[in-house]
Amino acid sequence: MKTLTYREAVREAMREEMRKDEYIFLMGQDVGPYGGEHRVSGDLHSEFGEWRVKDAPISEQGIIGCALGASITGCRAIAEIPFMDFIMLPMDQICNQIAKYLYTFGGQASVPLVIRTAMGGYIRAAEQHSQCLEAWFIHIPGLKVVIPSTPYDVKGLLKTAIRDNNPVIFVEHKYLYGMKGEIPEEEYTIPLGVADIKKEGNDVSVIATSYMVHKALNVANKLEKEKISVEVVDPRTLVPLDKETILKSVEKTSRAIIVHEAPLRGGIGGEIAAIIADEGFEYLDAPIKRIGAKDAPIPFPSVLEDFILPSEVDIERTIKELL
Amino acid sequence: MNNIKLNKELILSLYETMLKIRLFEKTQERVFKTEQEGFTHVYTGEEAIATGVCANLNKDDYITSTHRGHGHMVAKGGNMKKMMAELYGRLTGYCKGKSGSLHIADFSIGVLGANGIVGAGIPIATGAGYSIKLRGTSQVVACFFGDGAVTQGTFHEGVNMAAAWDLPVIYVIENNLYMVGTKTERVCKVCKNYAVKAQGYGMPGEDIDGNDVIEVYTATKKAVERARNRKGPTLLNCMTYRHSTHFVGDLDVRDKQEIEYWKAKDPIKRIEEKMLKEKIITKDKIKSYRNEIQGMVDEAVEFARKSPVPKTGVALEDVFVE
Repeated sequence: MKTLTYREAVREAMREEMRKDEYIFLMGQDVGPYGGEHRVSGDLHSEFGEWRVKDAPISEQGIIGCALGASITGCRAIAEIPFMDFIMLPMDQICNQIAKYLYTFGGQASVPLVIRTAMGGYIRAAEQHSQCLEAWFIHIPGLKVVIPSTPYDVKGLLKTAIRDNNPVIFVEHKYLYGMKGEIPEEEYTIPLGVADIKKEGNDVSVIATSYMVHKALNVANKLEKEKISVEVVDPRTLVPLDKETILKSVEKTSRAIIVHEAPLRGGIGGEIAAIIADEGFEYLDAPIKRIGAKDAPIPFPSVLEDFILPSEVDIERTIKELL
Repeated sequence: MNNIKLNKELILSLYETMLKIRLFEKTQERVFKTEQEGFTHVYTGEEAIATGVCANLNKDDYITSTHRGHGHMVAKGGNMKKMMAELYGRLTGYCKGKSGSLHIADFSIGVLGANGIVGAGIPIATGAGYSIKLRGTSQVVACFFGDGAVTQGTFHEGVNMAAAWDLPVIYVIENNLYMVGTKTERVCKVCKNYAVKAQGYGMPGEDIDGNDVIEVYTATKKAVERARNRKGPTLLNCMTYRHSTHFVGDLDVRDKQEIEYWKAKDPIKRIEEKMLKEKIITKDKIKSYRNEIQGMVDEAVEFARKSPVPKTGVALEDVFVE
């Protein structure tokens, strides 16, 4: 095993896959010699050169459309949108074009691309640089959505996403880029659509994504000392969703909380809660709880941002309300 | 515009393609009203552009197409039976009947899809150009879009990227003066001579009589040579006019005199007159071409009529691939 940061794990996944397939390329603003706005691409440009690690203009529709056009003509594109907030610009290319190309043309061409983007706040970047928009993409048939929380998960899932012949929205988290974790020395992949039990427990299932996995784990470790046993379930992929693992967990614990950083209303918490209520109704001893950001844009100063975004206090309080 | 002297065989072949498009579309206009669902946008009047451009392309060159895409498909070598079956929504259509008139595609001959979002094909064509450069082949891309699409942000982004990176893409504006029912000049100061915009991106551009198939052919030949020699993209602004309304069945709000003016410049009429004058063809031969091609189109209609309707399970296919 070796220790890598989340961003190094992303870089290593891309490096390994790019070494295997000369038609995989990365395109985005500042991914070239500058090394990436979050320092993810690093030295990839010096290894792979101009055409495989391509600096793009500030033209998100152009970048994503280019990724599509290249991916239906023999290449595999990795498009980088450094702040998920900017993904609103190429929504037509993602949702009307990429998501629908295979279907609309009767299966004639698949779209083997990955759009890598970094969501999330807690970095005091204010309203337009902090959002989590994963819920929008689960609503469009034809897109897979992956949301890894650790260096181990991000490397294994990104390799799979790159090899997948379908379009994948790959949602990283800005705050997690510096996080260290253990990953195997040897090559490995993680399949899409498989959840991970990050911590086993018996009293309540906390289904959490991305950075919230770590907040949930902190709370779980703290509550262990109070003899409260929290199971932390990390879906890792939202489309396709591993319903089985989630339902099995709720069957064991009888209580479910879903926590995501995105605003509560319309977040993935609602979707997962509805699935549990529908298919796991007899397992439940309490109502399903959801935790998400409060109903306001994300303000800049820490005192206000930390109020709006979910906190460990929120998670602990909700767990205790249920028990 | 210095037109190169084209040989007789080439002119006849250009004529035949335009005729195929015209008769396919005229037939489509007729059968659509009583036998098809949804909407259709026909290419009648604009045949010289698809024909003149695609005559310069090989089978493995790419095109991106639009909602008005039947002409592009025919010119690129599309199969009329599979096309008509698609318009009828049948399983034997190009897209298993799932998309109809709006989204004709044949990836095996480089037709990368007809797009229903105005301008969306432009960055996709840029991407196909990027792929060609990355893979190191000598393919080229022709990107079709209308005068209305030039006001989309995707035009600016897609064209700029191609020019910045010298990608092998020929951007072809099918300038028929109108968006849906409104003249583009009401919303755009420079729209009759779009070629000047190319300068702004650092690439060559030409304003062309889009109803002169030889002029379109000649200008495209130059642009394709540029692209294959890795010299970069070109913008071709082809002036034309659609005989039909935006979609078949729409209200025609255009000035009657304007319509007559442009019908008099019909590209097929013009090439027939030229060929007759230069004794490349006879009136009888024209008649026999028309009969033969109408026969092909009629066969395609019969094929479509007899083809099976897709079962509901087909609606759940092709969301993802294995």
